[in-house]
Amino acid sequence: MAEIQQQGGGDEGGKKRAKKGSTKVDMTPMVDLGFLLLTFFVMTTTLAKPQIMEINMPVKPKDREEQMELKASNAFTILLGADNGVYYYRGLHQPNVGIIPALEKSDWSAKGIRKVVAESIAANPNLVVLIKADETSSYKNLVDILDEMAITGTQKYAIVELDNADAGLLRKTEGGQ
Amino acid sequence: MPKVKVHRTSPSLDMTPMVDLAFLLVTFFMLISKFAPEEVLVVDTPSATTEIKAPDANIITISIGNDERVFFGVDDKNTKLRLIDKVSEKYGVAFTDAEKQTFSTLASFGMPISQLKSYLSLKPDDMKNVNQPGIPIDSARNELGDWVQLARYSNPQSIVAIKGDQTAGYPVAGRVIEILQDKNVNRFNLITDMEAKPRN
Repeated sequence: MAEIQQQGGGDEGGKKRAKKGSTKVDMTPMVDLGFLLLTFFVMTTTLAKPQIMEINMPVKPKDREEQMELKASNAFTILLGADNGVYYYRGLHQPNVGIIPALEKSDWSAKGIRKVVAESIAANPNLVVLIKADETSSYKNLVDILDEMAITGTQKYAIVELDNADAGLLRKTEGGQ
Repeated sequence: MPKVKVHRTSPSLDMTPMVDLAFLLVTFFMLISKFAPEEVLVVDTPSATTEIKAPDANIITISIGNDERVFFGVDDKNTKLRLIDKVSEKYGVAFTDAEKQTFSTLASFGMPISQLKSYLSLKPDDMKNVNQPGIPIDSARNELGDWVQLARYSNPQSIVAIKGDQTAGYPVAGRVIEILQDKNVNRFNLITDMEAKPRN
């Protein structure tokens, strides 16, 4: 294929020449093999290393005394619900003293929760975002909301367990949709 | 007038540069490729805008599948050998040297320690057919916590990464995070896919 021996022409009749073996080697099989290997390695290598997201959880306090009280004006809570639902409220939720905040629904678009968080952070740099994921929410939502924290440059945020009061609030809002 | 001889050019072409290039690329890919170990659990990670790359070595990977099974994996072979010794000591399961060697080649696994010995004694072909139930994470039998703790004793430099499937429910992921916190692993990583940073 690669090398076609040209025959005829010269040595008809005339002088008899010593036939010189061609110095060219048929490289075709080698090339075939080379490209086969190349294809194999190109397809099997995973060049891209996975990305990681760093999470620092607070050290578990030994008792409740060690926990710092969060001021209501600095609190901002995001609730993750079923079907990629994301809800938020400002301030603290203290049903025993009659403080029940209004839960608002948001979404994952750029104008959704990201805008709300970014504006709240700009208005109050001491804001602490509490992320509470309901058991109906998915792991993807958790990663998404942590990513939103990174995008909005939120420094203070925590993943907090959802308590019954918040779960009830979430159920009520979800049911009312 | 003599006949004009049409000078036929030979149809052969010099392939040498192409071959050179091909083999250069072969060599390159051979040298950089590290064979990805066979994944028992297929995990489709969610995407995020983070740009931090995963470290090369000393990673403890906790995988959460879409069926909520939890798998555990350590990348370093020597760590795995030390880990299996510590586990057999703690759980009173004696492993043979061959089983320990098999364990050191596992990328990840997901089964209670009681089933581990019989799994490790299987032939490699049979291992693929085993349906692994996942590592127990409930508080009564918190084997994942022990694995993480012992793996960190085996290699104090190792970092913990959670590789969760996007469709996995939060309860399992939350439970894994809780276990990590119990074991004083407060810094860990979530493995994600790449996503473009939003422009604003």
